[in-house]
Amino acid sequence: MQQPGRAAEIKAIGIGKSFGSFRALDNLTLDIGRGEFLTLLGPSGSGKTTFLMILAGFVQPTEGRLFSDGIDITERPAEQRAAGMVFQGYALFPHMSVEANIAFPLKVRKKSAADIKRRVGEMIERVGLKGHEKKLPAQLSGGQQQRVALARALVFEPGVLLLDEPFSALDKGLRGQMQAEMKRLHQETGTTFVFVTHDQSEALALSSRVAIFNHGKLLQVGAPDEVYDRPDNRFVAEFLGEINMLPLKGVRPADNGSTGLCEDRAVSMRCKAETVRGDAILAIRPEYMSISGEATAGENGIAATATNSTYLGAATRLDLTTRQGAKVTVSVPNEIAAAALGKGNSVWLTWPADKGFLLPHGGQ
Amino acid sequence: MRAYLSDRMGAALLMAPLLLFLVLAYAWPFLGVVKWSFTLPTPGLGQYEALLTDDLVQSVFIRTLRIAAVVTVVSVAAAYAITVVWVRGTPAQRLVAEFCILVPFWISVLTRAFGWVALLSNRGLINTWLQAIGFISEPLALVRNEFGVIVGMTHFLIPFAVFPLASAMRSLDDRVLLAARGLGSSRMRTFWSVFVPMTRSGIIGAALIVFVFSLGFFVTPAILGGGRSVMVAELIYLRIFQSPDWGLGAAISVVLVLFVGALMALLFRYVRPKQLI
Repeated sequence: MQQPGRAAEIKAIGIGKSFGSFRALDNLTLDIGRGEFLTLLGPSGSGKTTFLMILAGFVQPTEGRLFSDGIDITERPAEQRAAGMVFQGYALFPHMSVEANIAFPLKVRKKSAADIKRRVGEMIERVGLKGHEKKLPAQLSGGQQQRVALARALVFEPGVLLLDEPFSALDKGLRGQMQAEMKRLHQETGTTFVFVTHDQSEALALSSRVAIFNHGKLLQVGAPDEVYDRPDNRFVAEFLGEINMLPLKGVRPADNGSTGLCEDRAVSMRCKAETVRGDAILAIRPEYMSISGEATAGENGIAATATNSTYLGAATRLDLTTRQGAKVTVSVPNEIAAAALGKGNSVWLTWPADKGFLLPHGGQ
Repeated sequence: MRAYLSDRMGAALLMAPLLLFLVLAYAWPFLGVVKWSFTLPTPGLGQYEALLTDDLVQSVFIRTLRIAAVVTVVSVAAAYAITVVWVRGTPAQRLVAEFCILVPFWISVLTRAFGWVALLSNRGLINTWLQAIGFISEPLALVRNEFGVIVGMTHFLIPFAVFPLASAMRSLDDRVLLAARGLGSSRMRTFWSVFVPMTRSGIIGAALIVFVFSLGFFVTPAILGGGRSVMVAELIYLRIFQSPDWGLGAAISVVLVLFVGALMALLFRYVRPKQLI
């Protein structure tokens, strides 16, 4: 359906938006590649939705320029941008049938009746709504309404599809199903997807790249594993999932990365101590830490006491306290957790050198 | 449960004076009118048969329906435009619209009717001006006819059409309008194919209210119609106060009340009462 190369490439340069004295978006520069699946992630009020609305043309930026395929579209009205959009709550036309909703963008573009019929039919089949053509949106389930919204936004083959928290109203099971469906639609159409969410697991699961926002600023952009494993700052590290933070002293560059003292034991990191010297924070995701009986020479490890365990089914979540009082959480196989709880003080927490990363001390 | 009951008791107590008033001043006397329609001058269905055969009565009913229909279309269309500005305009536009909607409520229906006479009569403002600029040589017949009645009634009824329309427009989800624009629809097209259909319940409510009100108009047609375009309410008045024909007047009243009652029942199927104010 989608012609190769039809997907749009978007460039935002120095975009800012103020609502009165409130700074919703500040100096945002971002390239969105042709056909990529970019997620805008952040808490509410972080500016991610404002940026989406600027991309759609519903909000005018206070400063900055916006380019689509090299053409300046900053002042172009929404109706001429031809971006497909799926709204939170779907925003279907309540007085139109499923068929009429999906046909709307084609009718507006004055396509021939035969063309409209064919493309609407294809789209209905593609999103699995066959048999529901004549129903009104109110007669459909949430998941079905979602499909209509997706079909309506994709039927005119837009260069970019904008999605504003489309799954927020769906229950968990349906959400997973719709996420898979959206991923499939992205691959089939090849269109550029820009997706807004505040759910980090959704962002990591779906996107080719994630852009993390906070307080109107773009903090980091990168592939899911990149932002998850190597966050630039504490906010990104904490927003993307649970993380353990250990105070580190005497950080300095070393042969193969950097080194420092964690609770008086030397630890090494693969990452370079470029901006961080002296005191820093060592951050490690819970799933990368393991538990062993004793420290092996040359391996990263500190002593800790297991205080609490939570059975999660596939694994057990173990809360520990280090000798100097830092709280650490790990997720480990169930039998290891049971053994650790029985042993009292004598547990060692270990982690591979490439899984720890440095964050500036105290800073955001 | 107890709180609920006492709430209901309290509400009933507060409503009681109004209900009592309605029963004593409207319902009870109306039953008397119903009785007249079957008993005067002789018992039987004679007056209702007369209703079906009397040319004058029929022409008044047809005129009333015609005027009510025209007034409804014009009032709802004008009210729609005003309400769009009132609900969706800039703050300054809203203020002006609100002023235009509320001011007529503070001026008596009589004053307004005579005001229209002053504007529309042969020597009124409009004819004088049009003659002064040489647009017409003879004054236009703008009043003492159906046209004058329609103008006066429309002016009176526009504000009543505004409230159900405003209620419908306020409950409309803005994102649906954004969605239409985002899908490539021009503002005009979005208005006609999304905004207007989505306010359908408001349009129906406004139209029924205006139509029902129009059917019972008395003062405005009496003054602006100048006796030449008598509507049903004036006919009832003439039958009861200026002729001994009480039975026919009563029968016309009963038919009018039943018709209006049926329309009100229809109205409340489409809109909840609180949407009308």
